[in-house]
Amino acid sequence: MLVRGDAPAENLLVTGARVLDPAAGVDARIDVRIDDGVIAQLGTSLDRNGHRVVDGTGLVLAPAFVDPHVHLRVPGREDEETIASGTAAAAAGGYCAIVAMPNTDPVVDSAAVLGALVEDARREAAIPVGFLAAITKGQAGAELTEMAELADAGALGFSDDGRPVVASGLMRRALQYGAVTGRKLALHCEEPTLTRGAHMHEGAVSAELGFGGYPSVGESVMVERDLALAAYEERPLHLLHLSARESVAALRAARERGVDATAEVTPHHLCLTDEAVRSLDSNVKMNPPLRSREERAALIDALRDGTIGAVATDHAPHARHEKEVPFEEAPFGVTGLETAFAALYTHLVEPGVLPLETILERMSAGAARTFGLDEPRIAVGSRANLVLLDLDATWRVREDGFRSRSTNSWLLGDTLRGKVRATIADGTTVFSELRA
Amino acid sequence: MAEIRLMRDDLLPPKAPPRRHLISIAGLTRDDVERLLATARSFERALEREVKKLPTLRGRLVLNLFFESSTRTSSSFELAAKRLSADTMSFKASGSSVEKGESLKDTAITLGAYDPDVIVIRHAHIGAPALVAGWTSAHVVNAGDGKHQHPTQALLDLYTLSAEFGKIDGLHVAIVGDVLHSRVARSNIQALALMGARVTLVGPPALIPRGIEALGCETTTEIGAIEAADVVYVLRMQRERMLEGANYVPSLREYTARWGVTPDRLRPGQKVMHPGPMNRGVEIDPLVADAADALIETQVRAGLVTRMAVLYDLLTHGPVAVQAAAMHEVA
Repeated sequence: MLVRGDAPAENLLVTGARVLDPAAGVDARIDVRIDDGVIAQLGTSLDRNGHRVVDGTGLVLAPAFVDPHVHLRVPGREDEETIASGTAAAAAGGYCAIVAMPNTDPVVDSAAVLGALVEDARREAAIPVGFLAAITKGQAGAELTEMAELADAGALGFSDDGRPVVASGLMRRALQYGAVTGRKLALHCEEPTLTRGAHMHEGAVSAELGFGGYPSVGESVMVERDLALAAYEERPLHLLHLSARESVAALRAARERGVDATAEVTPHHLCLTDEAVRSLDSNVKMNPPLRSREERAALIDALRDGTIGAVATDHAPHARHEKEVPFEEAPFGVTGLETAFAALYTHLVEPGVLPLETILERMSAGAARTFGLDEPRIAVGSRANLVLLDLDATWRVREDGFRSRSTNSWLLGDTLRGKVRATIADGTTVFSELRA
Repeated sequence: MAEIRLMRDDLLPPKAPPRRHLISIAGLTRDDVERLLATARSFERALEREVKKLPTLRGRLVLNLFFESSTRTSSSFELAAKRLSADTMSFKASGSSVEKGESLKDTAITLGAYDPDVIVIRHAHIGAPALVAGWTSAHVVNAGDGKHQHPTQALLDLYTLSAEFGKIDGLHVAIVGDVLHSRVARSNIQALALMGARVTLVGPPALIPRGIEALGCETTTEIGAIEAADVVYVLRMQRERMLEGANYVPSLREYTARWGVTPDRLRPGQKVMHPGPMNRGVEIDPLVADAADALIETQVRAGLVTRMAVLYDLLTHGPVAVQAAAMHEVA
């Protein structure tokens, strides 16, 4: 269930753009007419018919993005993000839907907390937002939440993101109960006894800098366990923010065996390596950590061949004063909603590493499939979920340019290519920097 | 990589050159090290005089900011500053607002308001000196940041080696023990490699960080490997930095039995160094620590002149020639 604030469905005519929807097989310079929030006609020189005209000349019109992994920080840390600010940031990033994680304070582990969030989202969400609920009460890893009731109250799925479900027996019970809830588990895979005291990837850079190392097997042994349990229980699962080569190999093998497993990867894991930590900048500290060149290459390969089907930002806002401390004292996590497309376009598409079509598919339809959401489509009869991209725009990431309440971006000060110019979510223009 | 277009910000006039700091050995060139060692040598000669104070840094303020305990480093920085006639101010975290929860940033900005010329900082966390360098207008000297770097220790060790052997290039140094938790080891591996020495790390598998070979050293778990070295550099078992229950070694007793540096594991005349403080009877046998071949006390003396050289170099950007003139003036 996705919820958003009230907004009127619009009548629009987008003209002159290169319309690009890889999944629908569309790549043409055509007009798109939207009647009452629904795509009504594709073609050349369409009649304006009283609709507001959006001039897309020189831009790419693509299906808008979906983010299966966002931290909205409510309830509890409204100083870092709110539903309003987080969804506004998402709109500016080209997203038409996002999924919020339940590791809040209090944790989203009861229908009461979830119900309050859904109510708030109906009032203030700029774009449709869905909520995951916790797998275990308080995400303490001991007792299952009342998952059936939470599913009825609107939980899109379940996750203890931020921490792993350590006990294998409990993990198994959670998977089994999925038959009742019909919802998927989204798993943060980390073996905590292998990652104690860890601040970055274990390798030559951590050896040199002296940071406690987070070995890639600290993730992959848990990925392998969870895939084995999912196979045994014949239940689907989703692997959050994969970072390790061994995890990718295990996922690929499991999918070949028929395990119903999806996975996501973040823009920062696709664009950076642990070399970035040499800056000692707390804005490159995240869990899982940035890894080696080889692992980054494995993630890119997995995104290319679809083993990893979704890009997720793991947008994790943190207060400035909590990040302005030595690296080891800083919390894990970086923001990403407003920079994801430009980062991937700059670091992967422009240098020729991945085609634009792949990035668009994994950020949109692939990401939507994670929790069974409607895939944004540029086709007659589809709800208008569209993004207008300016691939020639060059812009600098600045602290004062964010709609998010937090500025802990790994891209601060960087110059990026590719900019979201307008976003239409669920039939409504939710972001535009085009001249009227 | 993609072509980056010029933005308006890029067209602004260039800023003043950045202030010089000593944060990491990785930031130094071989020439920098040679210059610092030469400066330290000239200070050593000056300290042989009856009056041991030089007027060089008169009117400058050196602020010692120690968030972690220290004997050797804090005392030698303080004395180094005094020998150069600088004013010194020492700040220890215990008994300060840090105990009331004041952040590093606020502490740095508060003390920075006194306009110190140099801030010497020791902190439990990696990267703290670099942060302070960004928050104040002082030159910053890293006196140890967590497990990361202790560059003045490495410089004084180079000074000691160079005085003892007359060269560093081609020396073989075995560093023994808890490399994982050691900022001294990290700075020394880089410094020795920079100056052309060969470095072998010896210790238990869990205390030799995976991937450390990339710094240009060899690793082994075999204590017998120290015999081939010109110098055996013994590291302290840093129990205070070890995670409880992490089982880096089964026991200290087994560590000592396997990797303790004892007289029978050394060749006659083989030189031994230790950055202090020592755990006698753990990583180093008391007989080794007190033997004539131990350079441990020499290291402490080298610490004073090396730190004088660092303060001098940062504040005057003085090459050796200028240094000689300054010495003359004092005489």
